[in-house]
Amino acid sequence: MAENDTGKAGGYLPRDRAWQPAALTPAYKTTVKRSPQAALLSFPTTLSEETGPVFGHGHLSEGDTDLIHNFAKDGESAIGPRIIVHGRVVDENARGVAGALVEIWQANAGGRYRHKKESYLAPLDPNFGGCGRTLTDAQGNYAFHTIMPGAYPWPNGPNDWRPAHIHFSVFGQAFAQRLITQLYFEGDPLIARCPIVGAITDPDAVSSLIAPLDMGRAIPMDSLAYKFDIVLRGRYQTFFENRPEGS
Amino acid sequence: MTQELKRVRETPSQTAGPYVHIGCTPGFTGIDVYEADLGNVMKTGPVKGEEITVTGTIFDGTGTALTDALVEIWQADADGLHNSPQETRGIADPNFTGWGRCASDMTTGAFTFETIKPGRVPYPDGRLQAPHISVWIVARGINIGLQTRIYFEDEASANSEDPILSRIEHRNRIPTLLAGREKDGVYRFDIHLQGPNETIFFDI
Ligand SMILES: [Fe+3]
Repeated sequence: MAENDTGKAGGYLPRDRAWQPAALTPAYKTTVKRSPQAALLSFPTTLSEETGPVFGHGHLSEGDTDLIHNFAKDGESAIGPRIIVHGRVVDENARGVAGALVEIWQANAGGRYRHKKESYLAPLDPNFGGCGRTLTDAQGNYAFHTIMPGAYPWPNGPNDWRPAHIHFSVFGQAFAQRLITQLYFEGDPLIARCPIVGAITDPDAVSSLIAPLDMGRAIPMDSLAYKFDIVLRGRYQTFFENRPEGS
Repeated sequence: MTQELKRVRETPSQTAGPYVHIGCTPGFTGIDVYEADLGNVMKTGPVKGEEITVTGTIFDGTGTALTDALVEIWQADADGLHNSPQETRGIADPNFTGWGRCASDMTTGAFTFETIKPGRVPYPDGRLQAPHISVWIVARGINIGLQTRIYFEDEASANSEDPILSRIEHRNRIPTLLAGREKDGVYRFDIHLQGPNETIFFDI
């Protein structure tokens, strides 16, 4: 399957486990009993990992990208600073990933989630559900309209607070690319104090999760904007026909 | 200095946290923003092959069930073909998506998929792999999604020639990858994150 200008696509590049967070990061206490202890079993990807479902626009609706209104009563809107979050999903070969499913979830402006198990004393916003989803366009671009989430405390250390963040789930073209991560916001002093962020040891890797303010995409008198690009695993590029049919 | 490689690094993973359901299965938490949760139906019409139920629970290192996890599976149809634009060998069963997503039960931790027994899919060198289902698990306390595979206890001969199973050094751990047949059409696949029965997780 010739799908690029440098040759035939091979299997997926292995994950860089030094760049990714380790399973066991004791400062984030829940990892202690939830992290596998044995070495991971390494194998080249097969068709089972190199394929993935296709998500059609039939599954989604236009309003799914607007968290300010998708849960709000008619004529009302969610409370909080209005922001646009946009970016591009690419692979490790820097090519846009079209049709990627991007799902996000977040706390409201006060730092409270709409969830049965949530107990933070900040109030629910009756007009904010906290979820959105979209498919990337042909170049890999996506955009959401939402409100700035609040920081919130969580039971880990005696006084741990999560920096403001938006959770991202991304599904590209292959099951091998499956990724969940979190967006943080430029300038937040809580980022450096967070044990979940601290699970990542490489400072450049942490930086890659911090979205800069993007005044070029702000809407005057309406919304600020933040840019968050996402990189999914890429494939080996090879000129050689060293794989059987189906590669 | 050298020439620059036009390559970028994968975005680092972060835990899905305790509220992954808000984003991935909002209907499950009672947030009715979308028509339906994605991945909750794998069979969209009459399907080819043997219809099966796969059910299980994820346990932490203390033996406690995870009640806040999200499990996704991906698999071939009965003929070993994937319902995917990346599938080049043929057309998969159009009534079978191959992809399922299930939140573990908030009280018991159980997850369940109504699916079919997959066919065999080739390994890169052309040998056939045994029937298997690819699994991806995220939850609070899991920094990067865990990958594993469900094989089937009752596929002994295919399992014995599977290129991956046959290369596992610690043979006594292979049963952690085998779904047991509870009754006709019902398989159990429990997942242990730690302990003597720790599931084999993959870097694939
Ligand atoms: Fe969160």
